[in-house]
Amino acid sequence: MASLWEYANPVKFMRLSGWLMPVSAWLAAGLIVTGLVWGFFFTEADYRQGATVKIIFLHVPSALMAINAWAMMLIASLIWLVRRHHVSALAAKAAGPIGATMTLIALITGAIWGQPMWGTWWEWDPRLTSFLILFLFYLGYIALWSAIEDADTAADLTAILCLVGSVFAALSRYAALFWNQGLHQGASLSVAPGTRMDWAYKAPLYLCMAGFALLFLALVLAGTRTEIRARRARALMTRERARA
Amino acid sequence: MDMRVTDLACARGGLPLIEGLSFAVASGEALVLRGPNGSGKTTLLRTLAGLQPALKGEITCPPEAMAYAAHADGLKSTLTVAENLTFWAAIHGQAGIGAALTAMNLTDLAGRQAQHLSAGQKRRLGLARLLVTGRWLWVLDEPTVSLDADSVALFAGVVRRHLAAGGAALLATHIDLGLPEARVLDLTPYRAALPPDLGFDEAFL
Amino acid sequence: MIALLIRDLRLAIRAGGGFGLGLGFFLILTVLVPLGVGPDTGTLALIAPGILWVGALLACLLSLDRLFALDHEDGSLDLLATSPIPLEGVVAIKALAHWLTTGLPLALAAPVLGILLNLPGPAFAPLVLSLLLGTPALSVIGAFGAALTVGLKRGGLLMSLLVLPLYVPTLVFGAQAVSRAAQGLDGSTALLLTAGITAGSAALLPFAAAFALRINLR
Repeated sequence: MASLWEYANPVKFMRLSGWLMPVSAWLAAGLIVTGLVWGFFFTEADYRQGATVKIIFLHVPSALMAINAWAMMLIASLIWLVRRHHVSALAAKAAGPIGATMTLIALITGAIWGQPMWGTWWEWDPRLTSFLILFLFYLGYIALWSAIEDADTAADLTAILCLVGSVFAALSRYAALFWNQGLHQGASLSVAPGTRMDWAYKAPLYLCMAGFALLFLALVLAGTRTEIRARRARALMTRERARA
Repeated sequence: MDMRVTDLACARGGLPLIEGLSFAVASGEALVLRGPNGSGKTTLLRTLAGLQPALKGEITCPPEAMAYAAHADGLKSTLTVAENLTFWAAIHGQAGIGAALTAMNLTDLAGRQAQHLSAGQKRRLGLARLLVTGRWLWVLDEPTVSLDADSVALFAGVVRRHLAAGGAALLATHIDLGLPEARVLDLTPYRAALPPDLGFDEAFL
Repeated sequence: MIALLIRDLRLAIRAGGGFGLGLGFFLILTVLVPLGVGPDTGTLALIAPGILWVGALLACLLSLDRLFALDHEDGSLDLLATSPIPLEGVVAIKALAHWLTTGLPLALAAPVLGILLNLPGPAFAPLVLSLLLGTPALSVIGAFGAALTVGLKRGGLLMSLLVLPLYVPTLVFGAQAVSRAAQGLDGSTALLLTAGITAGSAALLPFAAAFALRINLR
């Protein structure tokens, strides 16, 4: 039985991601288009929030992926620190900008939603604030990657930053709650019984969430493939120089 | 006591520089490393001192037994000569800097701030630090840079006394140190040959 | 270890930048804010805890980029890394020296600046206490940021970008302790949380910082 770690080999990873990336990209496109069309045109407007509520089909999935991207970076960083698989470090690097973009989408859609609801574009509500802080963490992480030339040094330092940052990001979340109780509505999806959302909304929302997850996967794979090719090009150039 | 290095390979910035290097240094011995620029002398010394990991190979001597001195002397310009030296003595748990000052002919300068020293005087202070580490093996990278002939002779005397006291020294240098008894090891034959499949980043090819 | 502490303190005093610069910056910031916000004492009293905490935080940040950079340039860091002192200890001591030359004077000077900002009377004791408890965390977190960026030529700006988000919890709890007291509420929970962050950072971050330093040295 082949071990999962085999895919830490760049060649195997390239072969696997070569077909997995387009598949997940097309699936993501299908799911997101279906989910959004369904959500935007074939659901009824909320009696309280009107049609504005439909931005939920973008807002919630992007917010979800913003957090999951960080979680993925954390896991990939740990794998790099423990097992020294280059693909893992490069996947974490690729996830950074994608997570930052997801955070930005969540913030912008949140502002567009918040304007008619709360009468303001921006509110220092704990959830919004936490996301803004998360965005700053992403910026720092991306900046550190781009500032260091040596690839292994950059991978090591960003991995440790990701570990420490995760702890402080979690602390910031509690700090933001402590700081302001806020007017953000409760979680849109709840595991607890007596959910507040109708299936008419939930079904397209789940489609969009699955679509965003696949989109994230496709983007991370694409980013990692680019990074691997860049490393390969650099290795080849170094070899040429060394032989000359 | 001796230090034995077996089949050592080390790299700088991902590029292997030295491989298959084996040598030994015993008490009372000095070994001079030679090789053209870029042959990996500094990388080798940093690897031995434990500042960077070796690609492979074995070093029997722990970094705790070595006193490492590089191009930079680690001096603080606003501290006096005595203060600089006292600091390093305290870090290494040694008392008394008088002997070190005398040995490197720095006694008259003891009260002067390091920023007012000449390059050669700074170097002498940097080398005096070795005497207050109390360590067995001196690992020195170009120790005589910016020293005049008298100071080089002074330094050679200090090294000789360290060897006579049972110490050992490993020196990378281009210049003749006035230590005719020292063995010389040329690093050129150990230059890492780039294998066709490359020893680094090979997973990416 | 004590020798390292004494050396760092001595260097801070000799260079003149240690005590003076951070304090001067703190003073200028608290003078500039009323100039920008307006002289209304009610407004100033309301924002005083936040201003004082943000000022302390920025003043701490100011001297952080030199924490390891100077030792890296003159080769001391290599020599310290090969010395009998563990690198974790070096980080902890240097953070302590940074706190003694920056955080402690800031905490002691803060009440004077509190008067300038019309800070309500019951908030003075929590202000000093929260700064005393919280600024060590700023120094240790900053030491981690400085260790990450020590090898970089223009590390200062990058370090601010890395360190400031990490400062968020300390800032929130510290400033909350003061502003709750200013409003006549009980700020002791926030004070305890500030102390908790300091204790946790001081216990764990030296290891992360030493790990980063070892990577940057190799």
